[in-house]
Amino acid sequence: MSSTALVADIVPASCVDGPGNRFVVFLQGCTFNCLACHNPQTIARAPRAGPADRRRVDDIVDEIAEVAPFLSGVTVSGGEATCQWHAVHELFQELARRPATRRLTRLVDTNGDADPIVWDALGPVMHGAMVDLKALDPTIHQFLTGRPNDRVLASIRQLDALHRLHEVRLLVIPSVNDSRDQMAATARWLGALTSQPDIAVQGFRSDGTRPAARAFRDARQDDLEVVVSRLVDGGLPRERIRVAGVTTSQHG
Amino acid sequence: MPAGQHRRTLTEMDTDEHRHTVRGLVDDPTLTYRQRVQALAIAAENTLDPPPVSEACAAAMDKRIVCDMREGHAPYRPRYTLPDYELAMRQGSAFLELAPPTTFDDATTFLLALYGNVPSITGHPVWFGDLDHLLTPFIDDLDDDELRARLRRFWVLLDRLFPDAFAHANLGPEDGRMVRAALAVHREVRQVVPNLTLRVQPRVTPDDLLLDAMRTVVAVAQPHLVNHPMMVADLGDRYGVVSCYNSLPVGGGAHTLVRLDLREVALLHHGSSERFITDTLAPQAELAAELIEARIRHLVEQARFFDHSWLVHEGLLRLDRLTAMFGVVGLAECVEHLCVLDGQPGRYGQDAHADALAQRIVAGLADIVHSRPMPYCEATGGHALLHSQAGLESDVGLTAGTRVRAGDEPDLYRHLLAVAPNHRHVPSGISDIVRLDPTVGGNLQAAVDIAKGALAAGMRDVTFEVAGGEFVRITGYLVRRSDLARIADEQTVRHSSSVLGAGSFTNAHLDGRTAQDVTRVRSHEFDGAGR
Repeated sequence: MSSTALVADIVPASCVDGPGNRFVVFLQGCTFNCLACHNPQTIARAPRAGPADRRRVDDIVDEIAEVAPFLSGVTVSGGEATCQWHAVHELFQELARRPATRRLTRLVDTNGDADPIVWDALGPVMHGAMVDLKALDPTIHQFLTGRPNDRVLASIRQLDALHRLHEVRLLVIPSVNDSRDQMAATARWLGALTSQPDIAVQGFRSDGTRPAARAFRDARQDDLEVVVSRLVDGGLPRERIRVAGVTTSQHG
Repeated sequence: MPAGQHRRTLTEMDTDEHRHTVRGLVDDPTLTYRQRVQALAIAAENTLDPPPVSEACAAAMDKRIVCDMREGHAPYRPRYTLPDYELAMRQGSAFLELAPPTTFDDATTFLLALYGNVPSITGHPVWFGDLDHLLTPFIDDLDDDELRARLRRFWVLLDRLFPDAFAHANLGPEDGRMVRAALAVHREVRQVVPNLTLRVQPRVTPDDLLLDAMRTVVAVAQPHLVNHPMMVADLGDRYGVVSCYNSLPVGGGAHTLVRLDLREVALLHHGSSERFITDTLAPQAELAAELIEARIRHLVEQARFFDHSWLVHEGLLRLDRLTAMFGVVGLAECVEHLCVLDGQPGRYGQDAHADALAQRIVAGLADIVHSRPMPYCEATGGHALLHSQAGLESDVGLTAGTRVRAGDEPDLYRHLLAVAPNHRHVPSGISDIVRLDPTVGGNLQAAVDIAKGALAAGMRDVTFEVAGGEFVRITGYLVRRSDLARIADEQTVRHSSSVLGAGSFTNAHLDGRTAQDVTRVRSHEFDGAGR
């Protein structure tokens, strides 16, 4: 008997949610309330109205199986994917079980605000997680997301130890979270991780955000280059840093 | 050509008309010298009567149901030739007074000399051969920089000596220094010549080579990809991809290409689609086959090409390696019309019942073409080969070959899965264009995934284009956007194919082709596309 997931959207072909062409499931509901969120309609855990759709996990796997030959893998994003981690677990288990979908890589795109039990459960059925780090500084993090970042940092360390840390993403909001000191501290902290994950630098873009984000300026290419040089100054090897451009971040 | 001209002898009025045509060509300020000579040669050929055909066939040509592709009234060389360059390089050429090459520069010189003496319908060679296979034996003593520098000079000459985007080179399926150098040079010189195809074979063609191919696609909209195992199964391992994306036997080629306009055929039909294939399509297809046969007989028995060509004397072309192409266009419009006759309107690419009907028509036509005996087509079992013809510059409101109409393409997967089942019925080439959003350049593996999925789904040829780029894919060949602007401004352009391309671009609304936004394709965003 297949359980269900509350789905905000499904994107059957994406080239910006992990390596290769990916089928992306955006789950509804998030623990953060980010000022810079591009999809604020996906934040509510039990939306009274909106596009969210309750879908059987088996049906989602059927849909993926049909187009599997065109895919590198599947990414579960959000909202915050781990809010529905039981459904994610079942989805990944089913993808791993079926011959048509077994070869696909299974990634979670997450804000990292999850308990250790979540990663212990997902670790064996997923290939990795892409974790957003909004700010290393707790005060800035609280300001940007409405929540502290201790669980995010713990998640990154735990995923690192589990060898399931695919990528850490830094969303750059000019003059908010990109200071020289912040970037140097972030580089040192990330540099201490043993699995040496890729670091993706993404620029903030105001499309789709709420009025609260109007105080923020869109990141330009040169803002990102400055961030990269600050990270390199802080000790991160340049070849591990990927500039993902000024595309939207799902988690904002 | 004007109606009725096929069967008439040259009357006095026609003589005046002919003089007018020739005068127009002589005075035309937009033609280069070579383009003018080529056009004058066709005008001279067309003062002869075309090969005789039945009244019914001539009438079908007058109505443009059947079209001889304006090949000319007196076929005197095969439309497409694929000389056995490998054999030539092994044995040398008495006609060209060239010994077998021993160095890289000898080899490229040898090939250029050969290309300059290869006949085809365009006046330029349509095939440059399997260039990586041909040149690999000569690269051992060259380092990568040296190889690229020499190959670059060769590549520049291909474009400047044979300025025609139908001139096609093949690479793969194996990886190697030569194929890598060719892709790198192709990205660097940004030419529309050579047209380029990479053969792809699972477990032989590595992903890393496909990534390099996609890097090249993003830069210059080439190469095409061809499904190598599928081609080998249909044509044997000695095949080449020439002109747009026409796959034909090496050491031979195609005598002729005649096409059937399925839109016009559908308009002749009455009643439901149930009996379309037997009642209407089969007799019209026979008229096209009759024209193919008449043209082959002229070439072989009257013009006696295979008796006097030096390429035949040296074994580089052999009559038993020739075939003929039965082209088809307008499947999209045909299906749409038949759906209306069935009282269930639908569009190919948009509606499942229309897709199913399209597949039934293609399969039915393949049966007809591949069971109709054709003289001098021993290379392919004594019959012509079905071909999805990519269109003529004069086509208005007519979709190329078996493609989904530009603008009607559904989301990526549905598009490819709708067209893929047709590919196995069309051995001499069929191509569907996938237009990618430029952002895929940041994740080339995504493009590789889509290409591999398309080939696994049974596609024979896959052609990518990047939306908004300088290189525009017209039918199977490329033109540069800047050249289209020059033609609109009535200036001369170097590539004869670009002159054709300008007509197609305007008449076929190619700018309306749906870009598959693989940044993130949301299926619902395409629900209303093109309606």
